[in-house]
Amino acid sequence: MKRLLELTFGVLLAIEASAQSARAEEEVKIGAIYPLTGPAASTGLEIRNALELAAEIINSGAKGLNLPFAAQGGLPNLKGAKIRLVFGDHQGNPQVGATEAERLINDEKVVALIGCYPSNVTATASQVAERYKIPFVAPESSSATLTQRKFKWFFRTTPHDELFVRNFFEFLNALAKKKGIRPKRVALMNENTLWGSETAKLEEALAKQEGYNIVEKVLYPAKSTQLTSEVQRLKAAQPDLLMQSSYLGDAILSMKTYQELGLAPEAILANDAGFNDTEFLRTLSKTGEYVLSREVWALDLTSRNPLIKQVNDLYFKRFKANFTGNSARAFTGLYALAEAINRAASRQPEAIRKALAETNIPAERLIMPWVGIKFDDNGQNTLGSGIIVQVQNGKYVTVWPFELASAEVIWPMPAWTKR
Amino acid sequence: MSLEILLQTLLSGILIGLVYALVAVGLTLIFGVMDIVNFAHGEFLMLGMYASFWMFALFALDPIFTLPLTALMLFALGAAVYQSVIRRIIHASMLAQIFTTFGLMILLRGIAQFLWKPDFRSIDRSLVSGAVRLGALQFGLPQIAAAAGAVLATVVLGWFLNRTRLGAALEATAADREAAQLMGIPAQRMFALAWGIGAACAGIAGALLSTFYPVFPEVGGNFVLIAFVVVALGGFGSVSGAFLAGIVVGVVEVMGGFLIGPQLKLALVLLLYLLVVMVRPQGLLGRA
Repeated sequence: MKRLLELTFGVLLAIEASAQSARAEEEVKIGAIYPLTGPAASTGLEIRNALELAAEIINSGAKGLNLPFAAQGGLPNLKGAKIRLVFGDHQGNPQVGATEAERLINDEKVVALIGCYPSNVTATASQVAERYKIPFVAPESSSATLTQRKFKWFFRTTPHDELFVRNFFEFLNALAKKKGIRPKRVALMNENTLWGSETAKLEEALAKQEGYNIVEKVLYPAKSTQLTSEVQRLKAAQPDLLMQSSYLGDAILSMKTYQELGLAPEAILANDAGFNDTEFLRTLSKTGEYVLSREVWALDLTSRNPLIKQVNDLYFKRFKANFTGNSARAFTGLYALAEAINRAASRQPEAIRKALAETNIPAERLIMPWVGIKFDDNGQNTLGSGIIVQVQNGKYVTVWPFELASAEVIWPMPAWTKR
Repeated sequence: MSLEILLQTLLSGILIGLVYALVAVGLTLIFGVMDIVNFAHGEFLMLGMYASFWMFALFALDPIFTLPLTALMLFALGAAVYQSVIRRIIHASMLAQIFTTFGLMILLRGIAQFLWKPDFRSIDRSLVSGAVRLGALQFGLPQIAAAAGAVLATVVLGWFLNRTRLGAALEATAADREAAQLMGIPAQRMFALAWGIGAACAGIAGALLSTFYPVFPEVGGNFVLIAFVVVALGGFGSVSGAFLAGIVVGVVEVMGGFLIGPQLKLALVLLLYLLVVMVRPQGLLGRA
């Protein structure tokens, strides 16, 4: 009896081993480096879910989805090979990100890397990939500097911060054209760390170029105990439009101070960050109403695009949560990478890099509000764009681009005393 | 620029300055009585905010009603911190004392982050919300309530220090530790009392701020830097000096920010501090 057991076990082991080697031949290994522990872990895990869903659709197919590989499953040009994700955890630390990239390339022999969400980690990890000549796809990191490095192996699917600021003015111009609304006096209210002050510079330059008059520019110290002096200055400038870049604490405090001191421009146009945090509306409820903000993705896009709804339903079925800007972008990044690997019909990094550079995915095969995916010489997707959402009845609804909007923009917003 | 805006800015500065004053009063009291700089003072403020937040979130009790309870809790915590930690370093070198209270700051922040996560939280439906109009002037009710509460707390503390036997004993210990002990005043108990009152002041300020300022583990850092400037400006150990200096700092910050530029508002406060240190090193009301 004991011998029989040993024999059975041995046979099973042999079968398992041969199956594994066969699987290894069919697989295409992709390394994914994300913050799976540490302060940004909740976002990292959300992204991992999105990547796993994308891998599952690519590998096993999903009926009725208008996405590449959804019809049959597997990469057809690689004899139906499946992709396998190997995860690395960078904990939000740029050094760890670099060593994880090295481990995935050397030990796991991945053919490409995807990551890393925080821009500073993406910067170090992609540097390692560049050195080893392994393609790197960045689906979420938005610091403009990443694609100013002239890397050959770096590809970014998401629009970067500068493009998002340009979106503000595209939105304003579209508003002027369609509804005849054109704010005459624009004021800026930005926090004074790198992000806020760089954004302010860009906004000033673009405003000048597009013919908008900036009447006041306030750069306030982040994490202020009070914003009274800032708001008084804004009030004195009497702006029609207030453009603001703030993190959560300052965003909440500034909105409360606007209400308290009765600053009521026709519109407040915010730059994502604090204004799109779930805590923003939970704290402010009615005070946050009518704020316009830049977003990368919104749930109500599902009402205008059946593909987004289908994919979100799949995601919701599996993870009991809706897509967010980060998970939707990660999903899209992996899809773009898989599509390029299939076109390359090869596991060779150079072939994959070449295929990535020739990527041309149209809008109807994306779950993003983009015109498509097409990379320039720096690896930046030139067809990406943000959207503008507005808080209406306690919810963020898409109001621009107009063809994707689920609600009309409310402009001007009512005065504080008339709410 | 109209007179209304100037008046509005001035009064707004006084309102926030009164809250700064209350935070600084607690800090200066501890320093005055026992010559220890408490770097964890901002964390007492943070814990006061969390105490208010949780009593609001769990039992729907308004921070204004739970304020006495918050003050008591922080008083107990302050006294306990003295008994368990500070008592051991009272005769240690200044460097050891600095390291101890600095370590306490990191510990308390770490505990808050561990227990309550680094998320921002806030009290959304306090009794004191909305704005009050006075002619062309407008003030937030939470700010007015916070300033009024701060004045009340400081006045009560002043009465306690100047008009009661226990307060006199505390002042005596501050003036001359050895002499006070010779007169039969138990120094250890006075120190514990000072820590309790100091923490309670920060806790009350936290409770008052929680009606309009978001609550998160690092929130103490936003206020404590200003509190240190206020303490130095008013004169180390001087309660009335801290009160006056709090108002001055609030006005300089808000008025200066408005007139010269918001990006310089903290720089102006620190510049004022530098000037006072150079011209009058003992501070506005400090003993030379």
